[in-house]
Amino acid sequence: MALAAGMFAVAPWMIDAAPYEATMGLVYKIYFFHMPSAWMFLTAAIVAGVASFRLLFLKRPRAEHWVTAAAELAVVFGAFTLVTGPLWARKAWGVWWVWDARLTSSLMLFMIFVAYLLLKKYGGPGSDKLGAGLALFGMANVPFIYVSVNYWRTFHPPTSVVPTLPVAMGIPLWYCVMAFTLLFVILLRLRARLEHQRARVEALYLAEDEA
Amino acid sequence: MNAFARIVWFVVKKDLTVEVRSLEILSTTMFFAVTVVLMFSFGLVVDGRPLNDVAAAILWVAIAFSGTLALGRTFERERHNDTLRALLLAPADRPALYVGKLLGILLLLGLVELVLVPLIGLLFNAPVIQQAVPLLLLVGAGTLGFAAVGTLFAAMLVRARSRDVLLPIMLYPMTVPVMIAGVRGTAALFQPTPDAAVAQFWLSLLAAFDVVFVILALWTFEPVMTD
Repeated sequence: MALAAGMFAVAPWMIDAAPYEATMGLVYKIYFFHMPSAWMFLTAAIVAGVASFRLLFLKRPRAEHWVTAAAELAVVFGAFTLVTGPLWARKAWGVWWVWDARLTSSLMLFMIFVAYLLLKKYGGPGSDKLGAGLALFGMANVPFIYVSVNYWRTFHPPTSVVPTLPVAMGIPLWYCVMAFTLLFVILLRLRARLEHQRARVEALYLAEDEA
Repeated sequence: MNAFARIVWFVVKKDLTVEVRSLEILSTTMFFAVTVVLMFSFGLVVDGRPLNDVAAAILWVAIAFSGTLALGRTFERERHNDTLRALLLAPADRPALYVGKLLGILLLLGLVELVLVPLIGLLFNAPVIQQAVPLLLLVGAGTLGFAAVGTLFAAMLVRARSRDVLLPIMLYPMTVPVMIAGVRGTAALFQPTPDAAVAQFWLSLLAAFDVVFVILALWTFEPVMTD
């Protein structure tokens, strides 16, 4: 945790040291936080999908805690991605939002995880399996959303831009990716542990009631 | 007829019998679909002329809305009489129950679309008769995809609280590909010179969606419906 905090504390200097991009100027520096959080958003979605699979088909009840943790992180990083994206787009494309494949599929994935949280909160008993089903379907749905919106229209700079960046931009970028990954792993583990313990406390209460 | 097909047939027959005697879901859903078309027409027809591609969009929005309503009502009926528990207790394959429910929903939505599509043709001067075959395929594939996901979610939600609002919340983001493919494919058909190649592309996307999600639903139905 301390390491992640330290890395984030240093990040502004790293980003500050990176050279200006010729056409976009200062604004492109949002990218150093935008791309890593987008990656973590996708990672969270994949973790949630895999954990759902384990819960539903391999009958691992503890996997549910990982689904919850990952889904919450997907909403957090998704929100971060969707806020930083338009800030950059306003400057680079002149509009806040375009109906592009990546943007729209990110938004839809984000909405699926918001639906998951709503379901967990208001669904009542049995919503854990339901949520796992939703997360699993959500993961299977990503390629479909992507292909359909891709054919519909596309603007977003492709990911292939990353290896072509000059070294002075690449180092802070990868540094931020590492910092975000570390933060993601820590939050995921903490949240899953909290859920494990909550389940244990509940089990203890039930045992107490029966005794 | 093997055991699987027999159970599917029993479930479909049961749903049909209940529906034929009351006509509750069919009549309300159909009227609702017509209302949705009119609502959107008032919003999107400017100076007596519809905006571009509006007919296709209204058709699919109406299908999605009335589909949600039909799904909700069908499973509400099962919940109200606690018959879903009886169904699940029956010595039957869970996937067969799912397929039976799915076919019932498809039949219902098919009947609604039988009114909806000509209505769109009438109101928006769309070539529904000239393009009948590709349109039938598109609407059929889209409805199957929508209903395949919807039947699973509605069945899962039977025991959940606030299920009325949770169904569309879960279903709409999940069926975005169906909406995009359906609307774009239909819009291609409704152009003055229909674009068969584009419609073909969207139809194949819908078919792929159907295959993946029907299989996934058959696969998930068993674990999510077991306590």
